[in-house]
Amino acid sequence: MMRFLLLFSRQGKLRLQKWFTPMSEREKKKIIRDMTTMVLSRQPRSCNFLHWKDLKIIYKRYASLYFCLAIENQENELLALEVIHRYVELLDKYFGNVCELDIIFNFEKAYFILDEFLMGGEIQETSKQIVNRCIESSDMLQEDDSSEWYEVELFG
Amino acid sequence: MPAVSKGDGMRGLAVFISDIRNCKSKEAEIKRINKELANIRSKFKGDKALDGYSKKKYVCKLLFIFLLGHDIDFGHMEAVNLLSSNKYTEKQIGYLFISVLVNSNSDLIRLINNAIKNDLNSRNPTFMNLALHCIANVGSREMAEAFASEIPRILVAGDTMDSVKQSAALCLLRLNRTSPDLVPMGEWTARVVHLLNDQHLGVVTAATSLITTLAQKSPDDFKTSISLAVARLSRIVTSACIDLQDYTYYFVAAPWLSVKLLRLLQCYPPPEDAALRSRLTECLETILNKAQEPPKSKKVQHSNAKNAVLFEAISLIIHHDSEPTLLVRACNQLGQFLQHRETNLRYLALESMCTLASSEFSHEAVKTHIETVINALKTERDVSVRQRAVDLLYAMCDRSNAKQIVAEMLSYLETADYSIREEIVLKVAILAEKYAVDYTWYVDTILNLIRIAGDYVSEEVWYRVIQIVINRDDVQGYAAKTVFEALHAPACHENLVKVGGYILGEFGNLIAGDSRSSPLVQFNLLHSKFHLCSVPTRALLLSAYIKFINLFPEVKATIQDVLRSDSQLRNADVELQQRAVEYLRLSCIASTDILATVLEEMPPFPERESSILAKLKKKKGPGNLPDIDDSRRNVNGNTEHHEPTETTNKSPPSLMADLLPTNRPRPASSSPIMLSAGTMGSSHPFTDLLNLNSPPAAAPSLLVDVFSDLSAPASVEVSEDNFSRFVCKNNGVLYENQLLQIGLKSEYRQNLGRMYVFYGNKTSTQFLSFSSSVTNGDALKGQLIVHAKSVDPVIDGGAQVQQILNMECVSDFTDAPVLNIQFRYGGALQNIAVKLPVMLNKFFQPTEMTSQDFFQRWKQLGAPQQEVQKIFKSQHPMDTDVTKAKILGFGVALLDGVDPNPANFVGAGVIHTKDTQVGCLLRLEPNTQAEMYRLTLRTSRDSVSQRLCDLLSEQF
Repeated sequence: MMRFLLLFSRQGKLRLQKWFTPMSEREKKKIIRDMTTMVLSRQPRSCNFLHWKDLKIIYKRYASLYFCLAIENQENELLALEVIHRYVELLDKYFGNVCELDIIFNFEKAYFILDEFLMGGEIQETSKQIVNRCIESSDMLQEDDSSEWYEVELFG
Repeated sequence: MPAVSKGDGMRGLAVFISDIRNCKSKEAEIKRINKELANIRSKFKGDKALDGYSKKKYVCKLLFIFLLGHDIDFGHMEAVNLLSSNKYTEKQIGYLFISVLVNSNSDLIRLINNAIKNDLNSRNPTFMNLALHCIANVGSREMAEAFASEIPRILVAGDTMDSVKQSAALCLLRLNRTSPDLVPMGEWTARVVHLLNDQHLGVVTAATSLITTLAQKSPDDFKTSISLAVARLSRIVTSACIDLQDYTYYFVAAPWLSVKLLRLLQCYPPPEDAALRSRLTECLETILNKAQEPPKSKKVQHSNAKNAVLFEAISLIIHHDSEPTLLVRACNQLGQFLQHRETNLRYLALESMCTLASSEFSHEAVKTHIETVINALKTERDVSVRQRAVDLLYAMCDRSNAKQIVAEMLSYLETADYSIREEIVLKVAILAEKYAVDYTWYVDTILNLIRIAGDYVSEEVWYRVIQIVINRDDVQGYAAKTVFEALHAPACHENLVKVGGYILGEFGNLIAGDSRSSPLVQFNLLHSKFHLCSVPTRALLLSAYIKFINLFPEVKATIQDVLRSDSQLRNADVELQQRAVEYLRLSCIASTDILATVLEEMPPFPERESSILAKLKKKKGPGNLPDIDDSRRNVNGNTEHHEPTETTNKSPPSLMADLLPTNRPRPASSSPIMLSAGTMGSSHPFTDLLNLNSPPAAAPSLLVDVFSDLSAPASVEVSEDNFSRFVCKNNGVLYENQLLQIGLKSEYRQNLGRMYVFYGNKTSTQFLSFSSSVTNGDALKGQLIVHAKSVDPVIDGGAQVQQILNMECVSDFTDAPVLNIQFRYGGALQNIAVKLPVMLNKFFQPTEMTSQDFFQRWKQLGAPQQEVQKIFKSQHPMDTDVTKAKILGFGVALLDGVDPNPANFVGAGVIHTKDTQVGCLLRLEPNTQAEMYRLTLRTSRDSVSQRLCDLLSEQF
């Protein structure tokens, strides 16, 4: 199974964190620190896999963002790489040419999309069409009942 | 701020995020956040009820602040409120907040569970999915307790939507991982297996994940999945024109599902059914063939997905380890990848080959790639790839190539990355020892190690070389000569001084005949290093000097002068000073005979696990080290002829094999150890030098235990750490160590009880000869009958087996039975004894009664021996709800309105034994000011009163 997924920038700023097993905040901070230093210090064109404790770390850089996925030892590294890629495709499809700012300002959406794709550390739905349809339909629900909010909005 | 592309967005939130991003300093950020927190807090506390949208927005802001790394201590309640909103978007934010932020805060969990329950029952698939996600994300025990029986029902119900099925399968998988004891197996298991036939590939993928995990734990229950998985795989892999629509990923048919199916098949041995077996072989061949076809796309995603399936197929081939042609084909394929231009593939090929190297069929085929691997070691730019190359060289090493591999590793060591040097040193030391045919090579190799990477040579490595030299008299002369020469180097590492000091002190006489290495020369050589060394090394050298006095009377005066000098006798370090004083005195007053006895040559060391191997295992973790020491796996029952463990009686004898059977006991009374152990305690380096005082390794040992006596140690300490935790509850984890976890689930009715014991193998290696039995102490015999059903003797890595214990309470009892567990793990016999939490109160039946009845009985039980009372300090916070739960868990009925003081607790129940029934009344009076309790128990039997009071009073 997958243990966690982190998205961070080249400067080491964390943009998204998803933990598939319960962990204390202290442990999380330690892992985030370890991952950012470890991954950011890698030379370009190195392989995308690392061993870390009893886990395999799979990472890949897309533009300014690093995607870093931890999987258990017996899991398939190459497919984990494609899990990352598929998530990027889903984000791309939703935001239309996704960039780091989209994820910063719409972090909750990034989490929702991830939740449609992965669950409990396993892949839930690999079909891009189906995931997109789910997300679009929930956006429809959102638009339906959004009309009444505009006034309140002004007072932020 | 970018335009929000879709949906409504929340402008207030976007403004806030924007503000945070514009903060120039950490301080400014914190200031802005505190301002926002104050604003939100006042909104939440304000008189005006917030509408759903505002609540959602503020909760989302809080979430953002939390994800920035700041603590959030409010807003949970508002988030929980959002869960019951009818608006999807509010619900969704509520669930997101809960998933990210809620840990098992009990009050909230109950409310959350309520909301989840409503959504699960809503029959609205979107809401159901949100609820299932939340359970999977939080995955706490309370949630498992609330929903573990509900989810299987949703999963297999005929009218459940596909997307909900997927969520339900993965949610159940999650709960099974966190609280396996709570997920009941049942008739749904058979129906889950049939989901492998489902039309919807998304459902099949999710179900395969679930089945794989369940099959790892109880393979027998899911055997039917083998044929379904093979059929499904075959349909994906072999049919050319199948349209999988969106499940085709960059021209690869359903790669995720294929990999999952191949993983599921790795839970089982090759299928026994011939037709099925050949169908599977056909699949595997097709996958191997496809690797040779030209790629259908130049995109890396295509090749990754295709090779992901290929590597998983190779894993299955290696797991089956039964088809030589497939194994050799797999090996050739990996060989091609070793030279691939993609770094990722080279890395994975090296890694996969490590496991292939341990198969008897492919070991030779792997060896043919040795030059490529050595080349990788020299030319790869990426340290993690070089690391894999080292691992593979280690795994492919046998007697035929040991010298070459060790030489390559040594030369790589000169330039190796600091991060992996220590590991390489350990590996070289192990290989040199294991495959040494002649000991001079071994000694040379270790001294080279110290020369090249002295800083990375740990104690274990130089202890080991000394153990071996002492135990082998034919290498002692050579060792003495070699260290003597090595010590001549202008800058030699301190580790070399240690080895040199020790060996010359023991065997310097063997080279003293040569005038170039006469006693005085030897002494001067050692002493020239003395001042550059640390205290422990100097202490060791002093011991070498006193040994010299015994070996070479002609240098006695010189050494005595050294010992007598102020820098020794008045050394600031107490250890050095004491040694100097004692050795000097010893050399002056002892007769030659006494000196010769006291300073006799060290007796051979009793053989034990190579401390180096233990160290490497510790470093890499049990699962990550290829077992070069196990006989190569072989389904035909032959063992591999290269294995030194098999060659004990054959020639050429290996160093290890020679050492193993010589279990000579050391002559303790005349041992030189006595000298120092008596006077200086165990901190003396000579005493402790080779870990003689360390307890026998509890870790699994490979090299030695193959030959060790099979009989179990006479007594094992009985663990009762978790015993008292089970007084008020019936389920939970009873025992856990690095290898094994024992979980319990028990139920009691009247005087009968049944306990389900779950043994979980936490390692990746099989437990063999597993057995567990229950013993009753003498007092307990006749009071409690425990019947244990037999349990499977093999527990696969990561698997769990269950044992059922049936119990009958004959009469009241105080002692507890002991569960004795034995198994072999990696050759070592493990013994574990755990006190079973079967207590008298388990046979309680609660009794409801009126206030009047209670007091009437209370008076009837007024005889002094019938009442036991205890006043004690509370160990835990005095929480009424917790106390109530504990009393109920204890087994009695909690009677409300009986005691005039509402703060007190009153309970009643009947203990059922076969012989009799014992009525029991209890009263617990908390005193919150003093943080004390008074517990009173009245029963018709004094032994029962006493026992129950003892049990219960420990719980508060």
